[in-house]
Amino acid sequence: MSLATPALPPLLKENPRLDQWARFETPGRVTVSTGRVEIGQGVLTAMLQIAADELDVSPDRIDLRTGDTTLTPNEGYTSGSQSMQFGGIAMRLACAEIRGRFLAAAALRLNCAATDLSMMDGAVCRDGKTTGQDYWSLADSVDLTRSATASFAVKSANDFRVVGQNMARVDLADKVFGAPIFIHDVKLDGMVHARVVRQPRRGGRVATIDEAAIRRAGKGPVEIIRHGSFIAILSADETVVDAAAAVASGHVTWDGIDPINPSQEEARWLLQQPTVDQSLGAPRPDDPLQADYAATFSRMYVAHASIGPSCGLALWRGGKLQVWTHSQGVYPLRAALARTLKLDPTAISVKHVQGPGCYGHNGADDAAADAAVIAFLKPGTPVRVQWRREEEFGFEPVSPSMVVTVRATLDEAQRPIDWTTEIWSGKHGNRPGSGGNLLAAEALPDPPPPPPAVEAVGPPGAGTRNGEPLYGFAAKRIVHHLIPDTPVRTSSLRGLGATVNVFAIEAAMDDLAERAGLDPIEWRLSVLPDPRARACVERVARMCDWQPGASIGTGRGHGIGFARYKNLAGYAAVVAEVEVNENVRVLNVWCAADGGLVINPDGAINQLEGGIIQGISWALKEGVRLDTTGICSRDWESYPVLRFTEVPELFVELINPLTDLPPLGLGEATGGPTVAAIGNAVARALGARIRELPMTRERVMAALLRDQSGVRSD
Amino acid sequence: MASIAFTVNARSVEVTADGDTPLLDVLRNHLGLTGTRFGCGLEQCGSCMVLIDGLPEKSCRKALSTVAGKSIMTIEGLGTPSDPHPLQQAFIDLQAGQCGYCLPGILISARALLDRNKAPTRAEIASALDDNICRCGSHHRILRAVAQAAARMREEAPP
Repeated sequence: MSLATPALPPLLKENPRLDQWARFETPGRVTVSTGRVEIGQGVLTAMLQIAADELDVSPDRIDLRTGDTTLTPNEGYTSGSQSMQFGGIAMRLACAEIRGRFLAAAALRLNCAATDLSMMDGAVCRDGKTTGQDYWSLADSVDLTRSATASFAVKSANDFRVVGQNMARVDLADKVFGAPIFIHDVKLDGMVHARVVRQPRRGGRVATIDEAAIRRAGKGPVEIIRHGSFIAILSADETVVDAAAAVASGHVTWDGIDPINPSQEEARWLLQQPTVDQSLGAPRPDDPLQADYAATFSRMYVAHASIGPSCGLALWRGGKLQVWTHSQGVYPLRAALARTLKLDPTAISVKHVQGPGCYGHNGADDAAADAAVIAFLKPGTPVRVQWRREEEFGFEPVSPSMVVTVRATLDEAQRPIDWTTEIWSGKHGNRPGSGGNLLAAEALPDPPPPPPAVEAVGPPGAGTRNGEPLYGFAAKRIVHHLIPDTPVRTSSLRGLGATVNVFAIEAAMDDLAERAGLDPIEWRLSVLPDPRARACVERVARMCDWQPGASIGTGRGHGIGFARYKNLAGYAAVVAEVEVNENVRVLNVWCAADGGLVINPDGAINQLEGGIIQGISWALKEGVRLDTTGICSRDWESYPVLRFTEVPELFVELINPLTDLPPLGLGEATGGPTVAAIGNAVARALGARIRELPMTRERVMAALLRDQSGVRSD
Repeated sequence: MASIAFTVNARSVEVTADGDTPLLDVLRNHLGLTGTRFGCGLEQCGSCMVLIDGLPEKSCRKALSTVAGKSIMTIEGLGTPSDPHPLQQAFIDLQAGQCGYCLPGILISARALLDRNKAPTRAEIASALDDNICRCGSHHRILRAVAQAAARMREEAPP
């Protein structure tokens, strides 16, 4: 019991009743509730481990409830690698308090001091022997409706039995056996299948619709409903509705839509747009262009590209709306649905059901809203909406394209004394709970106004995330240019702006190391004061047997990337080894990460590995393509992602995972450092730097030609 | 409408539906075998992979009429929690998966590989799974899990 009692954390303040977190209603069973939802990251298992240790019950006694507006705490969104850092600490404190209050009640009943008692798998013990009292016998004498005080100490690392162990994920076996656990598998009695004919963009109005042609394609009974510019096709038979939906967009014409210039897919388009500007950090120098070093980096729009298109179900009956969703936030979705349908939020219940990995704000909320709107128009009929593959790629919000310029003024030792990261980007936060609109709402009569042109610059920031290097330079600043109006809807993707900002900062660090005549790792360590950061860099250098002074331009190379996610969460240092001929091939990746106390080390490593592989895919392959109508990369051929034959060997280690240091989110820690490490490895392999993502064959060739002609892009 | 007879997971079935109905819809909606997942409907992602007469095939555009008399295996036929296939056990042992949506299709492709190659190399496993997309980045563990299952099966049934 070594930890000082922390103050009431925000999630406990917002959900103070102890019975919102755990209850003892069935003898021998504990119901634990978390507002966090499983998105493949293993959060349910980690919460189970935390609750088991703090309550002193075996994990298999615990029934977990998750993501349900009628049953679980409101924890907002499961996002931002915050589940352990914020949700986990709330769970720990609540469960520690519940155990403490039960022990106090037992002490009264047993006429002894609470300090003489302990809990063992739910049974109250004195001197190691059971006392006949347990959570269930005492349940009537402990008032769990009271508010948490956070005045009961949580366990320390030495006392953990379940936390810190590689407990098998509670959700994974079902997935391996193909159990019906996904939202796509939910079947309601009398359910109709629905597809939506999407409004091409905000403001589009239906001009003509050839309903007969759509019905003919269905080869079965089809109902078409229309409300404003919201069009849905319904059938009891999913095959019929699919066939009709496949051709439907070709039989609807729209007014009020201007064509897009496809060149807007290139990030440089951002530089010509009106912006909303903010600065953060040190005051701007008198003449910002008088920098000794300047280089510009960019990335195209990137898709979440979930493996399964979004799905949602809804039922409107007796003045109540029930919604099933794989959204990351059931409460914010409920609020957005209430606004859309002009209902009181208490008339709506939203329940999370697992979906395919989302990595941020994909189509999940919109599919749920589609189902809700259709259900509202079809009282008493359960409605299931399944997005089509083309729809997910074409209409999910994408991660904004970005341009990042790094400028540095150097001292005589070539060390930066003044650093600017200047960022141009669309919005990274357009979730329905952060000002964004549900697609269905924009198609209905009386659509909501466009999302406000604001984005907090942080920290933790969104587009500006990780824009400030962790390195110890005397003056650092971020200049942020928000582009409010982008040709496609943008929102949060794993890492948000950190991916491109870390890519740019770490590339600049390698460029500056070269100028200083120092090895990239030696150079970083010479300007990195944080000991935990240094430990990650030093460990990954040992793991990969980093060779200082390796020759440049051999077609093979190692590169390093480092960041502490948001400058507040987990640390990760990544080294990539690449081989470049015409294409870039990643051969090996090493990673050392520090996430403070790690609840489930293997689960954390799984997340770090996933971030690395997704990062490789972002670095080498991914960019959303536009045509005059919008996103045209609508399948896996036009939007390729990394395949099995392209995946390197991975080596991931955690630094000091069983510790009393608080947990720091790791789920997004490796994306940026991986992209940066590949960028730096490619630069060393080629002897020429690629500053635009993705690093495709065309860009490799262009970098080689540019290098041969002696023209530098900066 | 046609009445098509075939076997699924060693069970004889007869389905009455339009002969063009995708096999995936037949499995999920007519037969209640939802372990086979819908990923793209374009034969590009492998989420809907099944074995047809022992060969891995995507079911999302496979017309019902083409499987008459054939033998189909889905993830439900690979193994069960009480009697897992060594592949399924290895995926659990190595925690090879994140969201898990792609796993049934991958397990089916892996099963087809191990049917024809008892000792595949990492490159051979990767090649056999290259038609399956995993978006969470569990590839590394999946490759190891397939190799581990192959090794276990060789131990249990030496040549």
